[in-house]
Amino acid sequence: MSTLTNLFDHYDYVITIFLMMAGIYIVVARGNLVKKLVGLSIFQTSVYLLYLEPAKIIGGTAPILDPAFTVYSNPLPHVLILTAIVVGVATLALGLALVVRINEAYGTIEEEEILEKDRQA
Amino acid sequence: MNAVVNGIWPHLPILQVVIPLIGAVLVAFLRRAPLAFAITLVVSWILPFVAGAMLWQVLDSGPISYHLGGWEPPWGIEYRVDVLSGFVLVLVSVIGAVTAPYAWRSVAREIEADKQAWFYCMYLLCLTGLLGIAITGDAFNAFVFLEISSLSSYVLIALGRDRRALLAAYQYLIMGTIGATLYIIGVGLLYLLTGSLNMVDIASRLAPAWAESSSAILAAIAFITVGISLKLALFPLHAWLPNAYAYAPSWATAFLAATATKVAIYLLIRYYFSIFGLVVDMEALTVNDIIIGLSVAAMFIASLVAVFETNIKRMLAYSSVAQIGYITLGIGFANEAGLTGGLVHIVNHALMKAALFLAVGAIFFRVGTVRITDLAGIGRKMPITMACFTVAGFGLLGTPGTSGFISKWYLALGALDNGWWPMVLLIVASSLIAVVYVGRFLEVAWLREPSSALADARDPPWSMLLPIIVLSAATIYFGIFTEWTVGIAGAVATALIGGLQ
Repeated sequence: MSTLTNLFDHYDYVITIFLMMAGIYIVVARGNLVKKLVGLSIFQTSVYLLYLEPAKIIGGTAPILDPAFTVYSNPLPHVLILTAIVVGVATLALGLALVVRINEAYGTIEEEEILEKDRQA
Repeated sequence: MNAVVNGIWPHLPILQVVIPLIGAVLVAFLRRAPLAFAITLVVSWILPFVAGAMLWQVLDSGPISYHLGGWEPPWGIEYRVDVLSGFVLVLVSVIGAVTAPYAWRSVAREIEADKQAWFYCMYLLCLTGLLGIAITGDAFNAFVFLEISSLSSYVLIALGRDRRALLAAYQYLIMGTIGATLYIIGVGLLYLLTGSLNMVDIASRLAPAWAESSSAILAAIAFITVGISLKLALFPLHAWLPNAYAYAPSWATAFLAATATKVAIYLLIRYYFSIFGLVVDMEALTVNDIIIGLSVAAMFIASLVAVFETNIKRMLAYSSVAQIGYITLGIGFANEAGLTGGLVHIVNHALMKAALFLAVGAIFFRVGTVRITDLAGIGRKMPITMACFTVAGFGLLGTPGTSGFISKWYLALGALDNGWWPMVLLIVASSLIAVVYVGRFLEVAWLREPSSALADARDPPWSMLLPIIVLSAATIYFGIFTEWTVGIAGAVATALIGGLQ
């Protein structure tokens, strides 16, 4: 029972870990190169959540010193994740660009068919 | 003049990273291959002086701490140069400088004319990232540099002529991104526990965090170990490496093989010996045993696969996986002699693998193929190139008189210090497999009659030959004079082991 309430209290982490596992599963299980990239993106996005969840305080504001506010969110993880989002976008863009080139070179984006064509060559 | 030197001197750490970055931006704007090469050459030749000056300063007067934007650590990002990072910075920038002249003709031969400038641009970005990882003292900043170097190296690989280069780059992108993401999960956990991203600061706050929540730190160790191991191609996480090295343009292969995995190894050593090892008993966690087990598996399995490869570049790529096994073996021993052996092998392997891949690139430049069966008698046609290949190849085996022997000697000493004499036999036995795969190509190259297809083959132009000669000469030099390699690596190992729990 206590495990269950514990999980319920940390439902946001449960979602994060679910996304993490789902993303990595897609990367492993799917043979379509675009779907693999989608999985990779989900995996990376789950990490954004992992950083942001502990940093955001409900009702907290940006840390501006003012007597009107007493509860602040931690800005550092937010900034880190802005950087990580940029990295994620760059990775996805480069990955998709590679898939376009692979499609031009092989005429398919299914991993099995590509490997088959390489074996024949 | 003095005023200029005094002005530059305190800012060397940031210049190390900013010079190649500005070079990359310039190249991207100019987009003309000759200009791009000129900028690459100038940048590559400045960097060793910057790195060397810092290493000299560190050896003379202790670690350098550079505060970005004037913000005191741990609030601001700190660039921190100690002997270990100075050692890696010098290695990466020297490899860059020595191989740079080779690029001009090799790139002209292998890369389409309109993409050559972009190729140099990606190389400079990759250099920025690799130097950045080695110099930064901030865990998240290391991730950003890791991704800068990785993203640019995916492009470098994808620019290979063969269409398989595209798939190799794609697979490397998937594996590399998973590795980097696992690494930031680990860093995120450390941040939650310690509230800091500065490596020195994390290390000092880890002890109370360990007392409070050891399982979260164990998770962080696991994530960071697996993430970095993907990047350094520790067996069995090496699947991306052979194809990536085999189909990348020759010069890119030589540069990446010599530097990219080495910088990842640096990061692993940094985490094990400067952060986790200070608080956590890694021995009791059996992390060391796992690393040793995987290293031995790499030494044997990857070497055996190399024996059956018909493509020399793939053969050397599998050999890289095996040689990385020797380096991680030294990390797993976690004693002074073993770690010295591992660190020395970082340098020695970088030098000889660069020489080998450049020599193979020279063969491709003249003959257009790297299949062993097509290269019978190549030694008589390209004698200087193949002589250098032979010297570096003997280094790979660990023949006495070459630098490879020095690394294996210290690894064997490390094994004996832990009382594991069978490990010495394993080190020798795995070297014997290297005799088979290197010897197989040397036999074909020297002892067979050249076929008519090789009639026009001759040694490459001097701009390509000289880097090969310098690197293979270094293989012999560091096999005899070990003051720079073992001397510095030994000092690093003593300092790192001395701080352990």
